[in-house]
Amino acid sequence: MIELQGITKTFRVARRSGGMKEAVKALFRREYTLVQALKDVSFTIGDGEMVGYIGPNGAGKSSTIKIMSGILTPDSGTCVINGCTPWKDRKRHVKNIGVVFGQRSQLWWDVPVIDSFELLRDIYRVPEGTYKRNCEELCETLELSEILRTPARQLSLGQRMRCEIAASLLHDPEVLFLDEPTIGLDAVSKIAVREFIRRRNREHGTTVILTTHDMQDIEALTERILLIGKGEILLDGSLEALRQRHAKVRKITVEYSSGTFPEAAGITPLEAAPGRASFAVDTDVLSVSQAIAVLTGNAEVTDLSVQGASAEELVVSLYEEFHI
Amino acid sequence: MKAYMSFFRIRFLGGLQYRIAALAGVATQLAWGGLYVLLYKAFYEADASAFPMTFRQVTDYNWLRQAFLTLLFVWMLDRETLESISSGAVAYEVVRPTDLYLMWFTKNVAMRLSRAVLRCVPVLLFAFLLPAPYGLSLPAGIEGFIGFFVTLFLALGNVVAFVMLLYIASFFTMNPTGLRVLMLSLTEFLSGGLIPLPFMPPLLQKILEFSPFGAMMNMPLRAYSGSLSGPALWTGAALQVFWLIVMAGGGRLWMGRALRRLQVQGG
Amino acid sequence: MLYLKSLLIHLKGQMQYKMSFVFLLIGQFLTAFSAFLTIYVLMQRFHTVKGFTYPQVLLCFAVVLLSFSLAECFFRGFDTFSGIIANGQFDRILVRPRSAVYQVLCAKIELTRLGRLLQAVLVMVYAIPHSGVIWTADKIGVLVLMILGGVAVFSALFVLYAGICFFTIEGLEFMNIFTDGGREFGSYPISVFGESVLKFCTYVIPLALFQYYPLLWLLDMTDKVFYAFTPLIGALFWLPALLVWRLGVKNYVSTGS
Repeated sequence: MIELQGITKTFRVARRSGGMKEAVKALFRREYTLVQALKDVSFTIGDGEMVGYIGPNGAGKSSTIKIMSGILTPDSGTCVINGCTPWKDRKRHVKNIGVVFGQRSQLWWDVPVIDSFELLRDIYRVPEGTYKRNCEELCETLELSEILRTPARQLSLGQRMRCEIAASLLHDPEVLFLDEPTIGLDAVSKIAVREFIRRRNREHGTTVILTTHDMQDIEALTERILLIGKGEILLDGSLEALRQRHAKVRKITVEYSSGTFPEAAGITPLEAAPGRASFAVDTDVLSVSQAIAVLTGNAEVTDLSVQGASAEELVVSLYEEFHI
Repeated sequence: MKAYMSFFRIRFLGGLQYRIAALAGVATQLAWGGLYVLLYKAFYEADASAFPMTFRQVTDYNWLRQAFLTLLFVWMLDRETLESISSGAVAYEVVRPTDLYLMWFTKNVAMRLSRAVLRCVPVLLFAFLLPAPYGLSLPAGIEGFIGFFVTLFLALGNVVAFVMLLYIASFFTMNPTGLRVLMLSLTEFLSGGLIPLPFMPPLLQKILEFSPFGAMMNMPLRAYSGSLSGPALWTGAALQVFWLIVMAGGGRLWMGRALRRLQVQGG
Repeated sequence: MLYLKSLLIHLKGQMQYKMSFVFLLIGQFLTAFSAFLTIYVLMQRFHTVKGFTYPQVLLCFAVVLLSFSLAECFFRGFDTFSGIIANGQFDRILVRPRSAVYQVLCAKIELTRLGRLLQAVLVMVYAIPHSGVIWTADKIGVLVLMILGGVAVFSALFVLYAGICFFTIEGLEFMNIFTDGGREFGSYPISVFGESVLKFCTYVIPLALFQYYPLLWLLDMTDKVFYAFTPLIGALFWLPALLVWRLGVKNYVSTGS
């Protein structure tokens, strides 16, 4: 059980500006701006849930993950994960969690992967029996047996990521934080990683919190998404509900040589460039063919395309809707 | 030329931004200099007759070295230059219509100057304010003053020309770090970075004064206080010009070969 | 034990680059050579300084170099801590259930640094018979105590240095006076630098506690027996260093930078 209540975090950032005069001034006095990274963030995640945590860069995703994993202390608010407050009982808390940072390795670079695993066993004080069992299971499901004796630096990105995930599960954590686990992977590796995470969740009931920019990850893995923007939780719901809500909207892109487009109920201009314009069409108000008729009535249209909502576009339309 | 001016400006502004770093650097320079003065004071008390320079000349040498550290010490290497060699990115530089040797040379000079501008003033000011004979005294007449500036810039040229040789050597060795560290620490000692050359055994001193090592900080730091003056000063300056031409000319030829080799082997 | 396992991992890793390892070892050995040359040249000219002869200064130099290189080798994680913060490794340390100090200690062990140690041992081999000390069991014990005290003080300085990293990376250069400066200037008994530096190195940064005072006792220059035990007091420097480190960790988790 993960419970966040009213989490707020503000950072102080030094302001730097160009020019000789400003630089000299900054030598004596430096100005700071306060950046509110998280504003009153609250949510609850039940045991065994898989949650996708999405939002644009700088929205506050990694701050939230850092708070939940005990790396960062919030200014106010409470966070209780399986009975622990991460920043208060750090050591007790981190025994129960696994963290994968997609961009940073936790393996020892120059030695075979198996050595890293054994060192992790000692760091987490995993009993020998449990370690053996976990190691065997992970090696089998992630197909690691071939690469266990290879130094980490010689692994491909996909192989390394599989090892990273195994490394963070050796101690049987109840909660797994995945920060962009598929970044930079090829299609085959991505599918393997997703498949493994799903299986882990199903068979061990591991709670998974996933941040990613890859919407296919979200589609493949999570039923629930949390959308964060400018430090606030904007949306908390199932992917399906979102899709239904946004399935009503189509995007029509028009290329034209001359003419104008009349205003009409249910048609919202999105972008306009010379010879090219795009519109969001609310299918509750008018049908796509009606919209096309309206748009082509007064203009010489050379090309036209209608797009539905993929997960990718869903997110784009969400970002547009919330202006983030 | 304009490009180099704006490069200098950016470096300088960048340096200003890091005020704490500048402050810490100056404080370090001062503490280090102070400890050196105290050390030589102890030796002076042990046996004043064994001093090859006057005590004042030694303190002047010491404070000027601290103030112009960034100009005169070989180990101020340019990280960008080193990285472009080790990563092989230097191959792209060959494509450009500039003389790579000249460009790196100017870049290194600019880097050193911009760092020195920030750091030398506070150190000099502090050293001037210290009571005699522990502080920095006025230069030894007009000759010392002019001699100092002339030999300072020649020394800077010599140091950069020498450092260029180290950069170029990195093209040829598989394991440049070990060699470089070794060369740097040896050069620091031989050029008078740890003890002024007159303190060395006479024969070694003679040899070093004729070598490129003697053409570095040895010249300006001794010219200022009059430890070197008259004909000795100006023949020294002439030697500086000589070594500068030899090292820069040789370096440029050597670099040409290194780059051709790079092109043949494809990096 | 976790530390030994980490040591083995580092050894295994560094042995992957055998040539480079050997080169760096030799490089470290020779680099420290210029410090020795400086002492050699100056002592040949002046013979004594503040009442210490050349072999006696060398004894002091060897003790300092030995303890510095040991501390540098085994506490390298603290010495290069700004890198550990910059590449995010410290976040990783915080999500593991062990104390952060212990993990940083295990994070980096650089055996190439032992090149200096080799030189220190050679110098000590020369200085021990030439220093004029009659080596009885208690004198040998104090020499060992000096080295251990030196390791304690230098490693505490590295911890302090790492603690300051949490607050400012820019201002770090100043700490070099105490670490690198302690090594360079500590080659001479601290009294060489006069009364005020000696006081500073006794009460603020306890460098003198493991070289000057016990050295006086070794060389029979004092009859104060407690001078032989000052390295133990020096080791207490770990306490303020740890305090700064704790404050630093606290600051890190509240600013996230």
